[in-house]
Amino acid sequence: MTDAATEQLLEITLRVNGVRRTASAPARRLLSDFLRHDLGLTGTHVGCEHGVCGACTVLLDGEPARACLVFAVTAQAHEVTTVEGIGHDPANLSPVQQAFAECHALQCGFCTPGFITTITAYLDENPQPTPEEAREAISGNLCRCTGYQNIVKAVVRASEIVREREEETR
Amino acid sequence: MTTRQVGEPVQRREDPRLLTGNGRYLDDLGLGALQAAFVRSPHAHARVVDIDITDAWELDGVEAIYTWEDLDGRVGEPLPVLIPHPALTHPRTGYCLAKSEVNHVGEAVVMVVARDRYVAEDACGRIHVTYETLKPVVGLENARAATRLVHDDAPGNVAANLLQEVGDVDSAMAAAPNTLTLELEIERSACMPMEGKGVYARWDADDASLRIYSSTQTSTGVRAAVAAKLEMPLAKVEVVTPDVGGGFGVKIMHPWPEEVLVPWAARRLGRDVKWTEDRREHFVSSAHERGQLQEVTVGFDDDGRLLALDVRFWHDNGAYTPYGIIVPIITATQLLGPYKPGAYRVEFWSLYTNTVLVTPYRGAGRPQGCYAMERTMDAIAAHLGLDRTEVRSRNFIQPDEMPYDQGLMFQDGRPLKYDSGDFPASLAKLKDLVGWDDFAAYREQAAREGRRVGLGIGCYVEGTGVGPYEGGHVQVETSGRVNVATGLTTQGQGHQTVLAQIVADQLGVRLEDVHVTTGDTRRMAYAVGTFASRGAVMSGNAVALAAKVVRDKALRIAADALEVSADDLEIVDGVISVKGAPGTSIDLKTIAVMSNPLRYAFDTAAQAATQFAGTFDPDKPPVADDDEPGLEGQDFYSPTQATFANGMHAAVVETDPVTAEIRILRYCVIHDCGVMVNPMIVEGQVHGGVAQGVGGALYERMVYDEGGQLLNASFMDFLVPYASEVPHVETDHLETPSPLNPLGLKGAGEAGTIPVTAVIASAVEDAEGFPIRSMPISPAELWELRRQHSSVPVALEGAS
Amino acid sequence: MKPAPFVHHAPRTLEEAVAVLGEVGHDGKVLAGGQSLIPLLSMRLASPAHLVDVNGVAGLDAVEVTDTHVRVGALVRHAGLERHDGAAAALPLLRQALRNVAHPAIRTRGTTVGSIAHADPSGEMPAVTVLTGGVVEAAGPRGRREIAAADFFTGPLETTLAEDELVVAVRFGLLPAGTRTGFVESARRSGDYALAGVALAVGMDGDVVTSATASFVSVTPVPDVLDLGPALAGRSVGDLPLDDVAELVRSHVGPESDIHAPADYRRMLAAELTRRVLTTTTTPTEGAA
Repeated sequence: MTDAATEQLLEITLRVNGVRRTASAPARRLLSDFLRHDLGLTGTHVGCEHGVCGACTVLLDGEPARACLVFAVTAQAHEVTTVEGIGHDPANLSPVQQAFAECHALQCGFCTPGFITTITAYLDENPQPTPEEAREAISGNLCRCTGYQNIVKAVVRASEIVREREEETR
Repeated sequence: MTTRQVGEPVQRREDPRLLTGNGRYLDDLGLGALQAAFVRSPHAHARVVDIDITDAWELDGVEAIYTWEDLDGRVGEPLPVLIPHPALTHPRTGYCLAKSEVNHVGEAVVMVVARDRYVAEDACGRIHVTYETLKPVVGLENARAATRLVHDDAPGNVAANLLQEVGDVDSAMAAAPNTLTLELEIERSACMPMEGKGVYARWDADDASLRIYSSTQTSTGVRAAVAAKLEMPLAKVEVVTPDVGGGFGVKIMHPWPEEVLVPWAARRLGRDVKWTEDRREHFVSSAHERGQLQEVTVGFDDDGRLLALDVRFWHDNGAYTPYGIIVPIITATQLLGPYKPGAYRVEFWSLYTNTVLVTPYRGAGRPQGCYAMERTMDAIAAHLGLDRTEVRSRNFIQPDEMPYDQGLMFQDGRPLKYDSGDFPASLAKLKDLVGWDDFAAYREQAAREGRRVGLGIGCYVEGTGVGPYEGGHVQVETSGRVNVATGLTTQGQGHQTVLAQIVADQLGVRLEDVHVTTGDTRRMAYAVGTFASRGAVMSGNAVALAAKVVRDKALRIAADALEVSADDLEIVDGVISVKGAPGTSIDLKTIAVMSNPLRYAFDTAAQAATQFAGTFDPDKPPVADDDEPGLEGQDFYSPTQATFANGMHAAVVETDPVTAEIRILRYCVIHDCGVMVNPMIVEGQVHGGVAQGVGGALYERMVYDEGGQLLNASFMDFLVPYASEVPHVETDHLETPSPLNPLGLKGAGEAGTIPVTAVIASAVEDAEGFPIRSMPISPAELWELRRQHSSVPVALEGAS
Repeated sequence: MKPAPFVHHAPRTLEEAVAVLGEVGHDGKVLAGGQSLIPLLSMRLASPAHLVDVNGVAGLDAVEVTDTHVRVGALVRHAGLERHDGAAAALPLLRQALRNVAHPAIRTRGTTVGSIAHADPSGEMPAVTVLTGGVVEAAGPRGRREIAAADFFTGPLETTLAEDELVVAVRFGLLPAGTRTGFVESARRSGDYALAGVALAVGMDGDVVTSATASFVSVTPVPDVLDLGPALAGRSVGDLPLDDVAELVRSHVGPESDIHAPADYRRMLAAELTRRVLTTTTTPTEGAA
């Protein structure tokens, strides 16, 4: 067993939200902790640290992944998108974020970043989900506040907002 | 005229921040603070013989290791009994760190403070605690049998025994033409907010003061408790509640050991210290709820009218009773729901077990009470062959009987007196919504398809908005910004929006100009906390009163300035004008300038308010004797009693004829919380409450083995439902305003959860044709019940 | 819940990986997807001194479809295999089963080979491996070897893989033309480990069953194949002896009780799920290979 006293620090470089970020951390640093504590991106939340709740879901090379089930060092040189990367300006919400606000799809907001990342990636692949498909799409994330109903609604609404915005810019 | 905000489903003010990663939850604060971790007892019941910390000290990055021996002053004394009660004859609390005995798995024994959480956990792994294990008491049956004791000086494992009786139950029961006895069971669950607890403390040595951030439901409570424990002046301790990732009750309990120890260590080390509870800790060292055994005997006439109700129940309070016996008291009193029970006697025993302590979880004893009452209603209907809604209907308190005094003492020590409600109207709406009268046809059709379905119902009354008080402070800045503060905390209920709606209406300003702060003792030192569905009722009315203070002052100053009567003025969108003569007006922000005579000019608004600006009467002081500078005001709302919200739920379930899997096909809710400040938020509270109720009815339970080990202390095995398990909820509302407060509000936070266990039990029973007496129920348990009742139709099992 | 310290090894080639495993294998673990391993590390239920992180090893991320098998490299994620149309066309059972593996955000990281090497009886892919007569390709200091699925799994979380060996790939055997497959499981919550699950392969000639085999999830200590041929061969779709099949399953499986369901419930469930998946699989238009 290696002592923390002699624990080796690694220079870990990731591309986070389009920006190269480097910090030194031990090999055991979970990606969730690396993002939050080493890079100061506290939008990614930690709810269970065993991969069940989905609060820490980020996009790793564009695909949803549990940041608590990846070591930062393994994500070296990969692309990570957190909720901040999807939209960090409260006055300029992404379609999914706007849909959440419109549909009251969050209460305490703790699980929300994991839903935002998951749904954003899902809608890229499935731009027009039915409510049933939307419900299935969010069934890997736990929310203790909303009962999910308004999140389902927000998924469908977000798909509309994407189309509305596309039409506006056309 | 601006739109009235109260009653509108306005979007939440807090959302843009929370949606974009700009929320600040406890663990988001204090980057670089030292981190704490705890060695927790692996045994349910043991004496602590020896603690060896030498190996742990060798680790680089370890800053401090504390055991009970290190705790000085009152920090080393037992934690407080927060809510004493005469019936709580044997209260017991633990220590911040175990002194000589541990009474549940997870009890804190050693505190480590280190560079980061990783190192702190490494150190915990190197601390060797020697225990002498004792036989634990696990489960209510064992607690009741009391062949072993949790606390040697609490005989029978009884913490509290309380009996209340209204009328003469024995005579009424003896005279009743029909009686039934039901043995009921409901298992342990827990709040399980997505964010666990957490504390972050900053010691300011220069100022000899502490600032504490806690993921709590009561910042004032934590402040007072920590100041007392650390023997500090209250004025030198501030508690700020940041964004909180859900509470549901577990965070109203305080002070948690960590809430004392983290500030204590910060002061001792002169460093910032933080502790963020992890999920495993939350399972074994926070709080649970629900576990009860119940015995109901009911006497009723041939029409199903209650004549006598005799309830005894045994409540598992876990290892300690720091939060008193609030939960069983609520079960005992709120059990009655919308009904007139005839003579009523209820007695409970609150029992110690070597398990995690029990404090309120959303609903707080009501789900158990509702379960007992509604199971009884269904049993009466079955016994008499009557429709279940008919039996309920015949026992309802009628609208013209309001206010209705049940003759009992409620959790706040005041009479259990219902203020309002129209139960027959609610039931009619529910039957309509779910299609109660058409269900028989649906059932037949389903049976032809080889499907088994059932319909269930549950009704409840919920005491909400209990006192003693909350306060509101409203301040208008010279920019026109309106700052509102209330002391209770927020865990997702949208207080920043709801309270802003109320103030916007009361004061006559735009919603976007109102900014609400909750749970910050620097802004409001007097407060109680967020629990018992009291946020909107208590703080809503408090900020409305405070807004009125400010409005009256603004109108008085404006009346002087405009030389009109204040009665002729109105405030719309932050502009005060003469009614009917909008040309004669003055901005509220100008009144804010005028209300505060200044010596120094630091901006244009200040310039306009200096002693040398404008005209003044040299014979009068700049601030009148009966006045104060500034356009701000404060007031408190303190009601004589709780408001009583109510609701009725119905569900259609389908049970698989072979595998006994249970699916909720429809879930319908009629909800009456009086005036809805924001219907969108109320709906959200109902949805979330139902989801938690579904968890409690079908999925969640705390599974302890005989040795007191919690076998499912993870989200893998404690089954919080995903979206795939939660039904779509159909809602309809009735608004019977509470006559008790000016806004007509009743609480809505817990309602959704309360009847769900009762409703699902009712529906499964209806589908299966045999009684359901223990909840939650899993497919395997239902399957086993079918075997016991030999009800698995051979034809179905063999069908394809 | 933070992992204990370990030494991280990041080999870039298979040779390097094998070499470092040879040095530390007795006190190390291979890290690929990590979706089962990292929770164990975070809960400190395991604290290996070394982690051999193979995520950077070149050449392990390929899916190859041949006339005889689908070969899945050690770094192919469940999601990647699930999406792979060639693999799904050659062996529909793969996609049918993969859809039941945890949740999508787990499938994007978790590797199919890793879940097979983990040998959890509640894993879906070990059941598929045995049912398709799969072959495990291992590499170690003593060279490469191939292990038939039947010889690979020895007990819950136990295999014949040596501690210094690495699974390089798993080859799933293609089923004879005309074979229909189905996969069904039942869990307390969607995405949870199943209380019971069944993978089924049925050979058909028109509407007559010629062969039938099944393997199970969560109800056998090691994944193995139950031959349902004796009950089903020669029977036509409208006339399947479902009760006999259920009885065969009941007597074959040996589930354990746990907090979610007792053994006898799981036994019933395995039998019932087999009946159901047999019915859907043999119904025309579904599950055609």
